[in-house]
Amino acid sequence: MNYTIETILIGVGVFLAVLGAAFAQDSLFQAHMGVLAITLAIAFILMLRRISFAPAGPQASQSEYFDDVVRYGVIATVFWGVVGFLVGVVVALQLAFPDLNIEPFLNFGRLRPLHTSAVIFAFGGNALIATSFYVVQRTCRARLFGGSLGWFVFWGYQLFIVMAATGYLLGITQGREYAEPEWYVDLWLTIVWVAYLIAFLGTILKRKEPHIYVANWFYLSFIVTIAMLHVVNNLAVPVSFLGVKSYSLFSGVQDALTQWWYGHNAVGFFLTAGFLGMMYYFVPKQAGRPVYSYRLSIIHFWALIFMYIWAGPHHLHYTALPDWAQTLGMVFSVMLWMPSWGGMINGLMTLSGAWDKIRTDPVIRMMIIAIAFYGMSTFEGPMMSIKAVNSLSHYTEWTIGHVHSGALGWVGMITFGAVYYLVPKLWNRDGLYSLRLVNWHFWLSTLGIVIYAAVLWVAGIQQGLMWREYDSQGFLVYSFAESVKAMFPYYVLRAVGGGLYLIGGLVMAYNVYMTIRGYKRNEAPIVGSVPNLQPAE
Amino acid sequence: MAEKHVDEISGVSTTGHEWDGIRELNNPMPRWWVYTFYATILWAIGYCVVYPSIPLLTENTKGTSGFSSRAALTAELDAAKASQKATLDKIAATPVGDIAKDKALLEFAVAGGASAFKNNCAQCHGSGAAGGKGFPNLNDNDWLWGGKVEDIYTTLTHGIRYAQDADTRTSEMPAFAEVLQPEQIKQVAAYVVSLTGKPSNTALVEPGKQVFAENCAACHGENAKGNKEMGAPNLADAIWLKVNGEEEIAAQVSHPKHGVMPAWGARLGDATVKQLAVYVHQLGGGE
Repeated sequence: MNYTIETILIGVGVFLAVLGAAFAQDSLFQAHMGVLAITLAIAFILMLRRISFAPAGPQASQSEYFDDVVRYGVIATVFWGVVGFLVGVVVALQLAFPDLNIEPFLNFGRLRPLHTSAVIFAFGGNALIATSFYVVQRTCRARLFGGSLGWFVFWGYQLFIVMAATGYLLGITQGREYAEPEWYVDLWLTIVWVAYLIAFLGTILKRKEPHIYVANWFYLSFIVTIAMLHVVNNLAVPVSFLGVKSYSLFSGVQDALTQWWYGHNAVGFFLTAGFLGMMYYFVPKQAGRPVYSYRLSIIHFWALIFMYIWAGPHHLHYTALPDWAQTLGMVFSVMLWMPSWGGMINGLMTLSGAWDKIRTDPVIRMMIIAIAFYGMSTFEGPMMSIKAVNSLSHYTEWTIGHVHSGALGWVGMITFGAVYYLVPKLWNRDGLYSLRLVNWHFWLSTLGIVIYAAVLWVAGIQQGLMWREYDSQGFLVYSFAESVKAMFPYYVLRAVGGGLYLIGGLVMAYNVYMTIRGYKRNEAPIVGSVPNLQPAE
Repeated sequence: MAEKHVDEISGVSTTGHEWDGIRELNNPMPRWWVYTFYATILWAIGYCVVYPSIPLLTENTKGTSGFSSRAALTAELDAAKASQKATLDKIAATPVGDIAKDKALLEFAVAGGASAFKNNCAQCHGSGAAGGKGFPNLNDNDWLWGGKVEDIYTTLTHGIRYAQDADTRTSEMPAFAEVLQPEQIKQVAAYVVSLTGKPSNTALVEPGKQVFAENCAACHGENAKGNKEMGAPNLADAIWLKVNGEEEIAAQVSHPKHGVMPAWGARLGDATVKQLAVYVHQLGGGE
């Protein structure tokens, strides 16, 4: 028999969820436990169908890499990516056309965290888990530690996503940005995350390589730091163990600082360190070139993780936060500029000796534009953390533009590059279904980001200037409502940019699907990609 | 340790390690990168010396500049207040009706009034003060409680039917459904419409005039031109605040709806209310 214990545990989970719904203290908890019970019941039935009572067959060879979970992870990445982009376009349209707010489940307040969590945690998180499992096994020459622990991490994480997303739609939130799920979902994520750490660290410990590859430093720093951030930021006391509401252990400005210590480092360790780990494996692999500088990778790694953890207070400039903390937040953000750029230099310069591939390989092109956006965002960030700049940019659309040039440009594009690298390898295809579609995806996404970011720069600066404009008599020239009204054209254009990015995501999903199915599109090769077709100079 | 290995394309030696085919070149860190990094660190140290930065046991370092964002904010607010103080004092000392006589005061009051209007009044009266159904248009010369700047000032200060203000303007039209027959209400509605337009049934106008004279004229006047003393609207000017057409007039006669405006005197302060009165007065309808 196989999966016996797993199936029994899920069955117990269904039972507990039903009990939770039955004895719930509030209707939201009841509804959410109902969602959990249904989700687990589906999982339970699927598991029952897989149980075979035949004697256990030969185990998967322990000398092979554990890639099944990576395959699932790649599919989940593409799926959640498209979902996240779609919800993003919807909330962008809701800002431009408020009539699109459908009460109560689909209003902006509930869809916005759904968008941010879907993109950061569902899309980004699955990408990080899948690629880290792939990379750590290969760069350690060891099978993933912990037997089927990898499966627990993957499915446990999907359950977290489902619970978080349905919670938002039901209106369950603890009101902490990027950490909206309530206490019981947080506890579940903690368990999953510890399992992730064990699987990853265990693999590193049993490695057959003498040294730990740089990508794994970044992945490990991401996993460890996110565990710490998640636990501290979500310290809360539930009102009832059968209710959704909890109260934070912190209050006032300490609560705000804890939240932004978490929030900024979610950017720093989830969206930067984790994806740098991805870059350090997939860029050299795709380019077929060595990493540019080992020394730079060491220095910028340690500098980055040491500096980043201090930078959170720059989200609270000109608030009740004490001046000294604002100062530290700002100077650490500025010092963070070069450590961030170390990754950009190492990524870009890895192409030295293979620059022609930007012309001939759309996957490399995708990775390089990702690094370019990474460089731009990590310059823009320190600049915006300077108090004088922040007094103009804070609370405006500029911030949203900044986040998206990082999220769409860096996180999205480097993930697309990794997906395009992985899919043919994982499914044993001799190449992608279509490189030309990768090229389409590249241009749709790049155009989308450029529109998105440029429009929000203009919007944000205009907004900031309108808020602070005084007339000669010393009175504010614009009311807040007038600055909202002025945003309309930008909001429409932003949705256009996001729409292009979403279309690009759909093109990728189609390309990945066709590659997995084993098709190969009959198309002319990318100019220059086949050496003997190159015209004489 | 690891064997020596040189990358053929760049001619640079690698660290000798290899992971899944990936090697690392032994390039030095770019000089510009290192020096820029040093520069940001030096700048950070300098900034920390000048500004409050290091937390100590009970206090924190104050920095050589002694900067404090609270003090900076207070100073900025004080400077803003000081720059307006002379003019505001003058406005406080000037009766609202005389503000327009001083060009500088008028300019100031219009700017201040416009600013206050956008944040406090536009929600109901619209950003262009054109009002809407149930919210008076402040650009025309149809005034419920008077369009002189003093009248506007009083209305703003004490509000209309605003229970929390003892001096608020109050008047209430009775519900005539309890006084008149339904037929009479139809007649009077037809009469009111006939003053500025075409009633649906001209036969109702004459008896309606009679009903009006007996029941409505006391407040709205013999000629239906209203009475600003009690906020009774002019019914003969084709400007309708709450109703549109004969049926809605009949409904309003039967069970009148009454608008409420908050008292702004206590909330915004006298000087701002004076500016608002001057601003509204000069919009075009002021008497």
